Amino acid sequence: MSRQDFQRRMPEAARAFSRPTRLAERFHIDFFLLLLLLALTTIGLTVLYSASGHNLPSVEKQGSFFMIAYATMFVVAQIPVDFMRRMAPFAYVGGVFLLLAVTIFGDISMGAQRWLQLGSFRFQPSEIMKLAMPITIAAYLSSGHLPPRFTRVIAVLVLIGIPTALIIEQPDLGTSILVATSGLMVLFFSGLLWRYIAAAVVIFGASLWPIWHYMLHDYQRQRVLTMLDPTQDPLGTGWNIIQSKTAIGSGGLSGKGWMEGTQSRLDFLPEGHTDFIIAVMSEEFGLFGVILLLTIYSLVIIRGLTIAVKSQNTFGRLLAASVSSTFFVYVFVNMGMVSGMLPVVGVPLPLISQGGTAIVALFAGFGILMAISTEQKRVMTPQS
Amino acid sequence: MQENQHFKDHQREAKLFRNRVLVMAAFMLALVCTLIYRYYDLQIVNYEEYATQSERNRVHVQPIPPTRGLIFDRNNELLADNKPSFTLSVISIDATELTTTIELLKTLIEITPSDLGKFYKAQKQRRHKLDPVPLRYRLTEDEIARLAVNQHLLDGVEVNAELVRNYPHADMFAHVIGYTGRISEKDMDSFTPEQLQRYSGTHAIGKSGIENSYEDILLGEVGSQNVETNARGRVMRVLDRIDPKQGSDLHLHLDTHLQETAVAAMQGRRGAVVAIDVKTGGVLAAVSNPGYDPNLFVTGISYNDYKNLNDDIDTPLFNRFLQAQYPPGSTIKPVIGLAGLHTGFTDVDRAISDPGFFTLPGSSRIYRDWSLAKTGGGHGRVNLKVGISQSCDTYFWDLGTRMGIDKMSEFGAHFGLGQLTGIDVPSERKGIWPSREWKRAAKGQAWYPGDTVNMSIGQGFVLATPLQLAVMASTIANRGVRYKPQFVQRIGDKIHEPIIEETLEIKPAYWDAIFDGMAEVVHGQRGTARAYMSPGAEYRMAGKSGTAQVVAIAQNAKYNSAMLQERHRDHALFIAFAPLEDPKIAVAVMVENAEGGSSKAAPVARWMMDAYLLGYSLKADEFVPPLGFHHAAIIKRLNNYIATRNAAREGKTLDEPVKTPEPAAQPVGINAEEGVTDDE
Repeated sequence: MSRQDFQRRMPEAARAFSRPTRLAERFHIDFFLLLLLLALTTIGLTVLYSASGHNLPSVEKQGSFFMIAYATMFVVAQIPVDFMRRMAPFAYVGGVFLLLAVTIFGDISMGAQRWLQLGSFRFQPSEIMKLAMPITIAAYLSSGHLPPRFTRVIAVLVLIGIPTALIIEQPDLGTSILVATSGLMVLFFSGLLWRYIAAAVVIFGASLWPIWHYMLHDYQRQRVLTMLDPTQDPLGTGWNIIQSKTAIGSGGLSGKGWMEGTQSRLDFLPEGHTDFIIAVMSEEFGLFGVILLLTIYSLVIIRGLTIAVKSQNTFGRLLAASVSSTFFVYVFVNMGMVSGMLPVVGVPLPLISQGGTAIVALFAGFGILMAISTEQKRVMTPQS
Repeated sequence: MQENQHFKDHQREAKLFRNRVLVMAAFMLALVCTLIYRYYDLQIVNYEEYATQSERNRVHVQPIPPTRGLIFDRNNELLADNKPSFTLSVISIDATELTTTIELLKTLIEITPSDLGKFYKAQKQRRHKLDPVPLRYRLTEDEIARLAVNQHLLDGVEVNAELVRNYPHADMFAHVIGYTGRISEKDMDSFTPEQLQRYSGTHAIGKSGIENSYEDILLGEVGSQNVETNARGRVMRVLDRIDPKQGSDLHLHLDTHLQETAVAAMQGRRGAVVAIDVKTGGVLAAVSNPGYDPNLFVTGISYNDYKNLNDDIDTPLFNRFLQAQYPPGSTIKPVIGLAGLHTGFTDVDRAISDPGFFTLPGSSRIYRDWSLAKTGGGHGRVNLKVGISQSCDTYFWDLGTRMGIDKMSEFGAHFGLGQLTGIDVPSERKGIWPSREWKRAAKGQAWYPGDTVNMSIGQGFVLATPLQLAVMASTIANRGVRYKPQFVQRIGDKIHEPIIEETLEIKPAYWDAIFDGMAEVVHGQRGTARAYMSPGAEYRMAGKSGTAQVVAIAQNAKYNSAMLQERHRDHALFIAFAPLEDPKIAVAVMVENAEGGSSKAAPVARWMMDAYLLGYSLKADEFVPPLGFHHAAIIKRLNNYIATRNAAREGKTLDEPVKTPEPAAQPVGINAEEGVTDDE
């Protein structure tokens, strides 16, 4: 079949061929998504400079993390989606293995055992699981008919449960929620029957009591109680929330101005540069800043879901939808907890909060999105 | 077909997926709206509340302590000023860190176990975890330098400057000026809300003497500043400031030279000297010997120092001129004589024949005049003048008995006996000037004629403080005008007006007679004090000696018998005023266990009057310290003083100008916050 014939038979494809192949497409880059990410990281560095107390080295360090993260994203974007699918079982088993290793050999830092030391490199295996989980579940579910049968649903729940339990044990409630969510999202997008969802909600509701009493650590229970009434212990556990709400509220409509946030500048905000950075931003840029940030986040998610919908294979769209929705969960949980709507579970604000491996993991996720978005073009590129 | 089936499935899956994406998108939209509503609620609806809260977090009102008013003597000599004192405080969060910090500090500066004890006690009582707790007061320059060099090792250690009271004359004015001390928990509990506010930045309060009675004036008004503090309470910058108002300065009637002369003249003996400006009631000198160093109390006296002062057999903490009550003895004879003249029970010329003893009608008890033991007889013909000048007991026994208790009691009150003088320092005692009612109330007994006999020569129940004797002498000198004795002459620029308590109207001739009698004590051929007072006198003076019998002091095992014996001797008393023609100064002297009022107490009075009236303390070209007198500072100053005076007299200046004390410059206020940059 000649190229002319192909074009005649598939006019849509013809359009793709007729325009010149752009650099972005050749390197599997989603230009719109990249633009949004650049905007977010710029905002992130700007806010961090103020939140860290004008600490340039700390901003530079974060900048270099972003470099590594962007590089990772570009590398991941080049990986064929099908290869990801085939590698899923290995990633999953490897991830679980590393989590076990952490439980046995890991470094204890700030009361939790999360870190694994490899030479001079220290990283959190739970971050690998944030990506290995949705890939694995998407690969598993896309291999069969959808919506999945009951037995396959149970299998998926077991696959989600094992690493989640290991991460809760560390203990790291925030990450375990994100890992479990990324798997459950795949299940939801695979068309899980509504009656299963309804049943799960009922069972979850009923199990709250035993979870409260037997599974949560004291500090986690305390966090929930503090969330319900922060004024109970204003100098202890309630301090963070009271101060972050004060920071947010005192920002008003347009904020106090960049580097003028007194709550953070005067150290009233604990963790102002990490988990509570949205409080600094709210204080300095006001409701306008919050809405701007939420708008960019929403565009990222919309772009991710669009990529998912456009994807032509089941694995790709399940994975893309899960990665995008998990990103939303990040944003919602973080902004909810800092504003006192949700318990403080230790979820950073994506791309804004200071952090190393967490950012690299996020960008690897965006790399996956880009790989999926350009997969179509890869498939349609004539092989010979 | 298989291919077809799969393709159909694929479409169905895609449709299902699109539905799910729509559901999820709707769900996310709802949650985003919730988030926006939440932030809207915090930032717009409740903006005021959180903005206020944030401001309250940020800005704190910090009190700025006022500088305490200074105290000067009448010649602008500083008696109490403020000097910066550096205090080392430690902020500790955990115990091990604290231990290492203190170990390190021990290698740099001196920290005594008593410092540590106080530190740990204060540390337990601090109100906030991050409150700095003082560990060492009065750091030396050296210590500050050593701390500064090692600052990087000393996290949570701060050195603060504050102004603390300083008494340049140390113990010389201790019983007058008193001292300030740290505000105690007890003081705080008794504060009113207004006081709590006034003292919010101040750590010291007047505990005794002038410092206590003029506390309100000396303190000043607290200032305040709005400061931006961080979450740990550290001041980041000063936003605005209301300056504190410095306390008013006090100028006292006291004359440092006179005070020094009194201390010198006391020759280190226990006792009291009070000199009063006859025309105003202003106290020119007030000495209670021994004194103590009030500087010890300013930043908190150590247990050992306090114990030493408190256990000292010479009781340096006891204010002898204000609180020591002795029988005034013969010093009150002029008052009794005057009472006799005024009430008509005697006149200027009326004389009795003194056999050397006295008996009450119908009683066998013999009251022996002091001359009986000395000369084996009496004073012969004794009129008022002789009675006073020779201190004839028989004359006054006779006069007192005839006059009776009631008239004596009433008359004595005009001279302030048995009443508080109203002097402007706290804790004075009022002595006893008995009456029938008093005895009934105090002893539950009727007044006996024997009591009258004792009272007429200032014995028996009669008690008076040296201050009361000085007031009495001053009232006589003033011919009945009794001023309230006062230390303070001027508050800031405002004159503290003299206050007349009472004016006693008596015929001038009677005053002349008393003056005559008292002059005879000093100048007369047979005057009791002639030998000790009159030689070389350049002016005429009046005086009266007395002897106070010592009530047995408690038999205490720790005092040996030799000491006890010494301490059972009578106290020597002397009152005097001069110049006779127009009295300016009245003096009361009490020397404990010195026995002879004329021999031991009178010379002190002479020194005082010389110093005040002639403007110098001694006539010699050099001050020769009396035996046993080792107050080097005073000797040096008196020599300086004499040298200056002699030079001035000879109309030439010394090659090397003698340093005279200059009024010290106002100390510049030092605030602990002065290191903070004020960029507003």
